[in-house]
Amino acid sequence: MSKVKITIDEQTVEVDEDSSLLEAAKEIGVDIPILCYHPDLSLHGACRVCVVEDEKSGKLLASCASPVRDGMKINTRSMKARKARRRNVELLLANHPNDCLGCDRNNHCELQDLTYELGIKSEDVEKFAGEKRELELDTAGPALKRDPNKCILCGRCVRICEEVQGVSALQFTERGFNSIVTTAFDLPQADINCVNCGQCATVCPVAAITELSEIDKVWAALEDDDKHVLVQTAPSIQATLGEEFGMETGTVVRGKMVAALRKLGFDQIFSTDFAADLTILEEGSEFLKKLNGEGELPHITSCCPGWVKGAEHNFPDLLKHLSSAKSPMQMFSALSKTYYPDQTGVDPEKIYTVAVMPCTAKKFEKDREEINGSDFKDTDAVLTTREFARMIKEMGIDFTSLPDEDFDELMGESTGAGTIFGTTGGVAEAAVRTVKEKLTGESLERLNLGFRGINEAEVRIGDRLVKVGIANGFANAQKLMEKVRSGESDLDFIEVMACPHGCVGGGGQPRPATDEKKEKRGQGLAAIDDTSKIRKSHENPQIIKLYDEFLGEPLGGESHHLLHTKYKARPKN
Amino acid sequence: MAEMTEEKLAEFLEPLKEILSRYEKKERYLIPVLQEAQEEYGYLPEEVMKEIALGLNLSLSQVYGVVTFYSQFHQQPRGNNIVRVCMGTACHVRGGEGILNAIKDELGIEAGETTDDLEFTLESVACIGACGLAPVIMVNDDTHGRLTPEKVPEIMAKYK
Ligand code: SF4
Ligand code: SF4
Ligand code: SF4
Ligand code: FES
Ligand code: FES
Repeated sequence: MSKVKITIDEQTVEVDEDSSLLEAAKEIGVDIPILCYHPDLSLHGACRVCVVEDEKSGKLLASCASPVRDGMKINTRSMKARKARRRNVELLLANHPNDCLGCDRNNHCELQDLTYELGIKSEDVEKFAGEKRELELDTAGPALKRDPNKCILCGRCVRICEEVQGVSALQFTERGFNSIVTTAFDLPQADINCVNCGQCATVCPVAAITELSEIDKVWAALEDDDKHVLVQTAPSIQATLGEEFGMETGTVVRGKMVAALRKLGFDQIFSTDFAADLTILEEGSEFLKKLNGEGELPHITSCCPGWVKGAEHNFPDLLKHLSSAKSPMQMFSALSKTYYPDQTGVDPEKIYTVAVMPCTAKKFEKDREEINGSDFKDTDAVLTTREFARMIKEMGIDFTSLPDEDFDELMGESTGAGTIFGTTGGVAEAAVRTVKEKLTGESLERLNLGFRGINEAEVRIGDRLVKVGIANGFANAQKLMEKVRSGESDLDFIEVMACPHGCVGGGGQPRPATDEKKEKRGQGLAAIDDTSKIRKSHENPQIIKLYDEFLGEPLGGESHHLLHTKYKARPKN
Repeated sequence: MAEMTEEKLAEFLEPLKEILSRYEKKERYLIPVLQEAQEEYGYLPEEVMKEIALGLNLSLSQVYGVVTFYSQFHQQPRGNNIVRVCMGTACHVRGGEGILNAIKDELGIEAGETTDDLEFTLESVACIGACGLAPVIMVNDDTHGRLTPEKVPEIMAKYK
């Protein structure tokens, strides 16, 4: 690519000719404030918070949307540019509730940060005071909450839902002062084709879209002496929670996380990674059967509730390919009210099961009507990584200085295979590891399927070449499924995750999230796998015990009843 | 719109299917399809928007976003006569508000609504370019200028 030379704040820099001014500035360490811009999404160029001054013409340019031109002289710090940025943010604030103190995003808000960084004072905003919107909130849940009054119309949610997820559940509607981002006919997100992935919530700069919090429910359960509260943490949490406490992205905080949960007062602290190993045994056995001609290939994973709902809306004809195995979270929860009381004598009626998840769609999954395997509601509450971090802060726990502690016995042990469930390619890799070894006794070399997007690999299992594919990001999943539908794809095993990069990129993970960060989180998980003593699900001693003493065999009667589920077609829109 | 039986709905959507059959399943045909559909049905009921979303492989929200953005598209049935009351600067200064109120009283509807007998739809609009005659209203293609609230009943009566 040919280069152009431009001067930014008196520094000359050579950059690719297709760079934007914003990108060029970044190369020399100049951070221009942004709002509607997001590095993983298309350009919107509407907020004009990123304006810089072209010294030759004196014009203000939106740096995110302006390409570099050879010989340009740009001033990112001129009074004129700073005043314009300020004005643009002041106008947003003039139509904003500004109730920061009690707001979900207080201290974690891009608009609030900008207001401070640009030096805006309350009186600057008051001079624009006028009519404010008073729109209804969408709190129908179960996954997400929308407050359109907080929306600053940056369009990030619209773009991620369309470009990365291929759902287009959210749109700009109406025009002018009445313009809002909402769903068709302003319907609750729960009533439409939204898959609850929460990607919109991870990119929203303000509190306009966020998870529907279950923190209060969990505090109440923890306070209730009559309840025996169990908690499970999903594989990816250990590689993302640290970010909420200022730690380097991708830092593994498993031991501190367990210690924090003990301090919060949970009675037993278990790991969803354990249940991920169980999912592999059930799902692997299912895949084996299909490979032997019982059932239709490709076998498609079903551990991601965003993907499952998306499939129910868009690929009802392919539901028969989905694994009937429940997700690790739901397997764990079913056991928490059957196996756990069986082993400990605790009254199942008193057990309250909390799941800490990277995901907003898990809040929806726990409420699916056909999901319960025990005689109770299997999962009582789902907390996102962000909600969990908030509870730790509310308790005044100094997270970074906590000692490392271990999960409790019975359902706390996991293998490297279970852990990599949290990143793209992990489920496929874990399943194939177990299947290959069961069939041939041979170990599997690393598949390295874990890329953002769509990827494929071939694995020789005995005399058969098994084709494994992955797709992450629901738009990619749809592309791959179209090929399955048309018969163009000859894959045998397909892992699908609705969120880009898999659960490390989930809708409940720390904000702000970018591709770059998600990649680092995935590397954190892979490192755990690489150094795990046990790396194959079927070698997990607690899983072996579980089958010996309680379940019997994978796909056996008890397993079928507790660990498998079914799906239903839903309308396309 | 009242709930329709499945057969009724299929029959209702028959003309729309014909319209859709003439277009490729591409987002860029959304506006022409919406225009033709509105021509056919007089407005764009929810069922029609849903069918268009399916027919062009779009999400319902995308269709809804476009319909609500352009003032040419209507989600409610339209009256036989469209009354547009100018709320531009000149008309505003010369008592446009009073004219609008008089028409609201006369027809018993708010701006943006249609009478139950589908005779009149009332809209308030920006300058219609006849400021010299302010305050001005248009009924269909006829301009009525230099109005007073007293003249309103007489004008409306002409169109009933
Ligand atoms: S969204 Fe941000 S700026 Fe708005 S009220 Fe909440 S914290 Fe304050
Ligand atoms: S949760 Fe996912 S599918 Fe639903 S609106 Fe947000 S991004 Fe779109
Ligand atoms: S909801 Fe959030 S992400 Fe979406 S447009 Fe509004 S402010 Fe932007
Ligand atoms: S960040 Fe550049 S226009 Fe919004
Ligand atoms: S202001 Fe009413 S016609 Fe111009």
